[in-house]
Amino acid sequence: MNAGKYIKNIFVGIYRLCQGMYITMLNFCRPKITEQYPENRGKKIYGERFRGLLTMPHDSENHHKCIACGICMNNCPNGTIKVITRMEKDETTGRDRKVLDRYIYNLGSCIFCGLCTRSCPQQAIEWSNNFEHSVFDPGKLIKQLNREGSSLAPKKTE
Amino acid sequence: MWSFSQLTDWIDRSLHSVMGDGWALTVEFILIGVAILVAYAVLALFLIYAERKICAFFQCRIGPNRVGKWGIFQSVADMIKILLKELIRIDNSDKFLFRAAAFFVIIGSICTFGAIPFAKGLHAIDFNVGVFYLTAVSSLGVVGILLAGWSSNSKYTMIGAMRSGAQLISYEISAGLSLMTIVILSGTMQLSEIVEQQGQAWFIFKGGLPAVIAFITYLIAGHAETNRGPFDQPEAESELTAGYHTEYSGIQFGFFYLAEYLNAFIIAAIATTMFLGGWQPLHIPGWEGFNRIMDYIPSVIWFFGKTCFCIFLAFWVRWSFPRLRIDQLLSFEWKILMPICLINLILMSVYVIL
Repeated sequence: MNAGKYIKNIFVGIYRLCQGMYITMLNFCRPKITEQYPENRGKKIYGERFRGLLTMPHDSENHHKCIACGICMNNCPNGTIKVITRMEKDETTGRDRKVLDRYIYNLGSCIFCGLCTRSCPQQAIEWSNNFEHSVFDPGKLIKQLNREGSSLAPKKTE
Repeated sequence: MWSFSQLTDWIDRSLHSVMGDGWALTVEFILIGVAILVAYAVLALFLIYAERKICAFFQCRIGPNRVGKWGIFQSVADMIKILLKELIRIDNSDKFLFRAAAFFVIIGSICTFGAIPFAKGLHAIDFNVGVFYLTAVSSLGVVGILLAGWSSNSKYTMIGAMRSGAQLISYEISAGLSLMTIVILSGTMQLSEIVEQQGQAWFIFKGGLPAVIAFITYLIAGHAETNRGPFDQPEAESELTAGYHTEYSGIQFGFFYLAEYLNAFIIAAIATTMFLGGWQPLHIPGWEGFNRIMDYIPSVIWFFGKTCFCIFLAFWVRWSFPRLRIDQLLSFEWKILMPICLINLILMSVYVIL
């Protein structure tokens, strides 16, 4: 090996090592973004598109927006959703009308694809940020999304 | 500057006033032994925590944060766990050497630890050949590593020990030569004298370019001697599971682990003592006010601050670079590092003569 190349190699090596150490020092100084899970429980908002648990929002008068059309049930790829309806007399028109009786959602078979919320014509169901789903009894995975005694929100009169 | 010799003199006098000379000496020996062992264990716990935290930060993680605030008691919990673990017997192993190996490693490390001047007046052993003693005793560890590899009856430990033997003995030359450059500059091997001479300016400033080169080569060689960082072939976990301490468990493994971390500390402490002025504060000739302010900072803080800086450098290197191959490692030592050290030795001699 000739002497010039030998000495040049040493200096190039030192330069490359300094480059590497510069990169790691940048990493060292970078703010750490690790989430502290049990501490930030309930405080962290994961964003609108986070698919945690399917919910049906109710307003203060216990009204939901589901018109019991069943599109979500038909769109569901593995039969997670069951929309059970009953006929009820509409007070304004006097005719029978299909209303929601029970909205059954089986969390155990849900694949969180989001086809139900996307196809809902009324935005009656949406995803919440709650992702802590584990239970000891599989029966608890079958949830009823509409509350007891809830009814369809009356049409806004403009 | 407050000196620890006031405290040690007071202990000495009060011991002599209550008992005979021989007994007083015995009690002092025991006290120093206990103090060194306690400092050894506490430093090891601190270093393990620091290493884990710094490693985590280099990898964009947070690191231990569950045991205590910021996880500061994590290494204490680890220590309790390691003390409770079973010592597993290895079939067809050499029982006596297997047990002895861990002690060889840790005794070599403790003996070196005792000879370091920690602060003004806080210096257990002060030989007139202190530097020679440090290099001699710290190389005792390699005996323990070779014994551990040989007696475990496992191919991984054997390969690890052989690599370690080749590596440690090679890099000892560079480390020794770098220390020799400072010995040439100071004209003494006594550690207290070396530290005393750096009162006006640290050797890394006083010695010019040769001292800087010696400092860097010593850090590299010392880093290789502690089996860490890019030089961790002896334990290369991806190739040899854990190298020479594969078969050890419980506190015997703990000894190796402790010795590894304390060796990192010792290398940093020797580098501090020899190059960065030991416990001497930073003095710039001519700046009287600045020098006086620096004198108010206790010598212990100076020593541990500089040592922590050196340790941080070692951690930084460790978590930056990938592991070398064993032939690259040895050719790096014999073809590059040792020639540099030898030339540097001549440079330093010329510098001192001029």
